Amino acid sequence: MYDGKRVRPAYAKLLDWVESTSPEALSQKQRQAEALFRRIGITFAVYGEGGDTERLIPFDMMPRVFTEYEWRRLERGVKQRARALNAFLYDVYHRAEITRAGIIPADLVFRNEAYEPAVVGIDPPAGVYSHIVGIDLVRTGPEEFFVLEDNCRTPSGVSYMLENREIMMRMFPDLFRATRIAPVDDYPDRLRRTLASVAPASCEGQPVSVLLSPGAFNSAYYEHSFLADQMGIELVEGQDLFVQGDFVYMRTTEGPKRVHVIYRRLDDSFLDPLCFRPESMLGVPGLMNVYRSGGVAIASAPGAGVADDKAVYIYVPEMIRFYLGEEPILKNVQTWKCADPSDRKFVLENLADLVVKEVHGSGGYGMLVGPKSTKEQVAAYAERIKGDPAAFIAQPTLALSTCPTFVDEGLAPRHVDLRPFCLVGREVHLCPGGLTRVALKEGSLVVNSSQGGGVKDTWVLAD
Amino acid sequence: MRLSVRHTTIYRFDAPMRFVTQSHRLTPSTCTSQRIVAWEVGAEGAVFGASFVDGAGDRVTTMTVEGPVERIDVTVTGEVETFDAAGVLRGHREIVSPRTYLRPTQRTKANGALGELAAGALAAAGEEGDLARAHLLAAAVAEAIAYAPGTTEAHTTAAEALEQGRGVCQDHAHAMIALAQSVGLPARYVTGYLLTGGEEGIGEASHAWAELHVEGLGWVGFDPANRCCPDDRYIRLGSGRDALDAAPIRGVSRGGGTEAMDVTVVVAAQQ
Repeated sequence: MYDGKRVRPAYAKLLDWVESTSPEALSQKQRQAEALFRRIGITFAVYGEGGDTERLIPFDMMPRVFTEYEWRRLERGVKQRARALNAFLYDVYHRAEITRAGIIPADLVFRNEAYEPAVVGIDPPAGVYSHIVGIDLVRTGPEEFFVLEDNCRTPSGVSYMLENREIMMRMFPDLFRATRIAPVDDYPDRLRRTLASVAPASCEGQPVSVLLSPGAFNSAYYEHSFLADQMGIELVEGQDLFVQGDFVYMRTTEGPKRVHVIYRRLDDSFLDPLCFRPESMLGVPGLMNVYRSGGVAIASAPGAGVADDKAVYIYVPEMIRFYLGEEPILKNVQTWKCADPSDRKFVLENLADLVVKEVHGSGGYGMLVGPKSTKEQVAAYAERIKGDPAAFIAQPTLALSTCPTFVDEGLAPRHVDLRPFCLVGREVHLCPGGLTRVALKEGSLVVNSSQGGGVKDTWVLAD
Repeated sequence: MRLSVRHTTIYRFDAPMRFVTQSHRLTPSTCTSQRIVAWEVGAEGAVFGASFVDGAGDRVTTMTVEGPVERIDVTVTGEVETFDAAGVLRGHREIVSPRTYLRPTQRTKANGALGELAAGALAAAGEEGDLARAHLLAAAVAEAIAYAPGTTEAHTTAAEALEQGRGVCQDHAHAMIALAQSVGLPARYVTGYLLTGGEEGIGEASHAWAELHVEGLGWVGFDPANRCCPDDRYIRLGSGRDALDAAPIRGVSRGGGTEAMDVTVVVAAQQ
């Protein structure tokens, strides 16, 4: 928020408002926001905690603000990355020129658990494998953004982006009148059009898209029903769909209806018991065969996860150069591969200063934040790395930017990251906003909602 | 040799099923060791569709039967001209990288004993190439797992088969894959038909073996159960990472009943 000692102009109006409002009025607003969330019913299941599995994600009413100028650069960077990741996916499921050229080790791709031999050779419409790319970014300086990780499978959190905005607009209509803030509420419509744009060639007329959910027990079910509702498409579970002949159909009261595009929020391994896990009751038997023979589109494509693997991440800047012939706009965080002996030696010697992540992990689980850990925790983690080095990567702890956040003592800086959502169909579109996650504990760098992080609205101001 | 195949799979459901979906890998591809003269897959009352050739060059077809259904007969009839290519797979169009076959599955995962068996088999070997190493591994599997039908099940893993020292062709193939992968050789599971009879062939007409990827040669078949490489008695149907992945028929039946399956395979040499 601060540019040296000066408040960044983007925040000036907001701070004026905060300063002219009494602390009582502020905390009343915060309570009001929480009540609204509770009424809407946004909750998030937290893994690894017994009892009540659903809880509210703390919402901070102080938004995070970008100027249009700042955003434009970030937008170019995210779109560039999304295009390169899709080019990589097309390549590794075809001729794999990038491994032949020696730019990415073949074993990192072909022996990767997320690499799916069952989709080798498939040509999805428009060559798109990952239709919704969520890029997690942190800012370390005015012009410096680093990518923490890519999410090419089913990045979640977009419902929070939309709901956060909705609540902010309800609570602070004056601020929205006084400031030109880029709208995000057309995201569901953009997503609907993106899905329709990748309908298979065999589709005549208006494509039918559905959202395939694992069901109400899934932690992101709220988002599934929210998005389906906003897009005006059916929310289905595996049992609502079936395969016959060359196509997939949805059971409806008016009889079977052909489905052209499936936006799935189900992991690869559950999609089709005839291709993946045979015991899966959540999927659709025969779905992969229809997909492979061109009768249906699946967003994102099975096997898209090989592009967001944390060990593959290291090579994304090289991918951008290789496929697009461009210099990467967004930087990668320096990453040490524990599989590499010299990297491993460095990591083990400097563990107390580093962040270590599991290569196949997500959600902030199983990671070590060296500077915030005890000697015992660091030593125990070192043993885990030694036990299975290839399962870990390490990164330096970054001086993450902070954003003013309401805490018990008033307004205080807290570390934030950002997940903007990029839609890839026949066109590439970045929604002007995103999910800002905030580490509510003082000094904490872990923003995951599963680890006690909160969320904020994200504003992109018009110049 | 000209081989005829008649392969019937009968499913009987004790209560009628609502809907049955199957994925078939039941159509052999043409390569230097086999030429398909005639081939047909059928089932009365079934709808066939969603057919494609996968990255490994296998034809996959989808079959559905709408209920209520109590019985399904899937019948395969065909005639294939076979040639002895000493197990080497040539003229087979596929694009999947052999390196994907270095990744074990739950069924082919090597444990300590499988790793030791592989290391032991190769201990005596000198600076020999992959082909010689592959032969040594095949011999070690044949030695360690005796052919004994009925002693293992569909879900038996390579490690379990080795531990009990008995098994069928599926177990031999899984063990072979585990051994090969443990020494860095890509390996996969192959299903097919075998002309049995006489003293040479053991196992059933419906057969399985392993293919190892050998530098310079490509994929080479090894049949530890018969201590040989596939010749003109073999028809190659399809492949996968293990028996489940390569299965000629994978199916899901929705409805209340339980399923009983009867398989008959007859392979005969034509005059």
